[in-house]
Amino acid sequence: MQLVLEKRAERSTVIALISPLIAIGLTIVTMSILFMIIGKNPIAALNVYFITPLTDAYSLQELAVKAAPLVMIAIGLSLCYLANVWNIGAEGQFLVGAVAGSWLAVKTHGTDAGAWVLPAMMLLGALAGALYALIPAFCKVRFGASEILVSLMLVYVADLLLDYLVRGPWRDPAGFNFPTTAEFDPVATVPLLFEGGRLHLGALIALVIVIGAAILLGRTIKGFEIRVVGAAPRAARFGGFSSNQLVLLTFAISGALAGLAGIIEVAGPVGHLQPGISPGYGFTAIIVAFLGRLNPVGILIAGLFLALTFIGGEQAQIAMKIPLDITKVFQGILLFYVLACDSLILYRIRLIMPQRKAADGAA
Amino acid sequence: MELLEAIILAVLAASTPLLLAASGELLVERAGVLNLGVEGMMIVGAACGFAGAWATGSTLIGALCGILAGVALSLVFALMTLGLAVNQVATGLALTILGVGVSGLIGAGFVGERISTAPRLYIPGLTTLPFVGKILFGEDGFVYVSIALILAISYFLYRTRAGLVLRAIGDNHVSAHALGYPVLKIRTLAVMFGGGCAGLAGAYLPLAYTPFFVPGMTAGRGWIALALVVFASWLPGRLVIGAYLFGAVSILQLHAQGWGVGVPSQLMSALPYLATVVVLVLISRTRSGGSTAPAALGTVFVPDR
Repeated sequence: MQLVLEKRAERSTVIALISPLIAIGLTIVTMSILFMIIGKNPIAALNVYFITPLTDAYSLQELAVKAAPLVMIAIGLSLCYLANVWNIGAEGQFLVGAVAGSWLAVKTHGTDAGAWVLPAMMLLGALAGALYALIPAFCKVRFGASEILVSLMLVYVADLLLDYLVRGPWRDPAGFNFPTTAEFDPVATVPLLFEGGRLHLGALIALVIVIGAAILLGRTIKGFEIRVVGAAPRAARFGGFSSNQLVLLTFAISGALAGLAGIIEVAGPVGHLQPGISPGYGFTAIIVAFLGRLNPVGILIAGLFLALTFIGGEQAQIAMKIPLDITKVFQGILLFYVLACDSLILYRIRLIMPQRKAADGAA
Repeated sequence: MELLEAIILAVLAASTPLLLAASGELLVERAGVLNLGVEGMMIVGAACGFAGAWATGSTLIGALCGILAGVALSLVFALMTLGLAVNQVATGLALTILGVGVSGLIGAGFVGERISTAPRLYIPGLTTLPFVGKILFGEDGFVYVSIALILAISYFLYRTRAGLVLRAIGDNHVSAHALGYPVLKIRTLAVMFGGGCAGLAGAYLPLAYTPFFVPGMTAGRGWIALALVVFASWLPGRLVIGAYLFGAVSILQLHAQGWGVGVPSQLMSALPYLATVVVLVLISRTRSGGSTAPAALGTVFVPDR
């Protein structure tokens, strides 16, 4: 028996629409099997994972809080992937954005600085993320170095930079020697949307970014250029589009969005700078981008879904003692299925039986 | 002299996982497949290697478990990229994300456990020789395996017919297919070989480098191995030099602390990653005339029938 791919005459739009759903379905089946292997009741586990978080207001707010950074980062990544360049260092850009914005929060801590602090922090975060992302983009454009490897190496560097700052110069003297800065002042904190809730301004910003990206991609020449350079580089050259310029542009935008997400995360839900501010948002956003079919609205939905896996994972750990790493396994499997199902848009799979092949040979 | 000996021993130990993983990936890329999942296969190899050795008390069985884990993951990659013609970059990333999770899941029960590290070779008379004794005749088995491996790969690629076919497939899969060579089959075998090497490289860490398992203990070594293949311009000889250079850079951080160099430890820890960036830029720049990468590297192949 042999698995053979056959190119479809045209892309299958039906499968293009339902393939993310097939992928999610297959992932859930696989996860059920995995839960059984580690000796947990799969129905109960899936319930804790996917249903319980949707049943109370607090979890629903938490869902939006977790989805906001994922959506912001994934929107930026989708621009890169559409242009066929691979920024996979969003985690580093997220951290650097958090660090740069926190610098201002640390410097103004305890002073009576005005309401300008938070906007300035966000600006710094976005700027730092963009500059950090421009390093791999520049190395690629100028020297032809792999943007994949360079952007990824910089994740480790950013992680160590953050570690150094919160253990050294920025450590809170009153923090009992924990590696953390002092709690940010109210002017350096992202405001909540409801008193006493969890939902903060970041969720709104993420929505604005989704709308902005939809307009950029659907209604502007730049958006068209990005898609052409990615889909048909040769045609783009004839069209006079500079692919180098687009590499720099898409990296800068995606870095800025990741950096913004980083500073919003520390100035919002976390409230201070410390190691471990990201549960892997930068990497999970890659899955969000693909699951959302590199489409802004799709990414919004996919972001909410993957945020659910973070919350579900935490609840499964508390309620059923399922190791937290199951969330990463889940995300990895999901990405595999998403990619595999996407293959069905272009190809049809046929199983060839050896007997028939032998008969073909004889004929 | 003793310090120099200690440094050389430490460099060899730090270089071995890089050499193992990069050797496998070199062969894979020579076949035209870009498997970015090395980090994922390594980290699962580390967890399975530790689990195997912990359960049986045998380093050898631990190493085999690591290899098997790497091969298993690489088969998933082969099914996706070769069977379903999925983009290799995206699949490699998925493999790493999955690998980190699986490794955490397997390794969760082993954090804090210890095993005895791989025995070092001891040949009476030779190992006790001053200076060269321990370096040449006192390493753990992995070091010798890594050197034998890259020699074997070099021989295979340049001295055997199968190696020639593999290189041809990496350079032009369409022509190789037209000549009747089984492109997908050979690529699958190459990917499995690379997976085994990455799994062994991962297993090296808890079996020989440190006697315990820590989540995320590969710390980007898989990615550095990928960069090493570029650094080596896909040539086995240069790969050895590159691996030992990088091993030396990562050892520098440990010794710099001992020498009381007044820089933050985090900066020293960042050195291997920064060195990777610098090396990638320098190598890519000198090669601006024409890439030495296998021509079909990373491209999807669906045989016409």
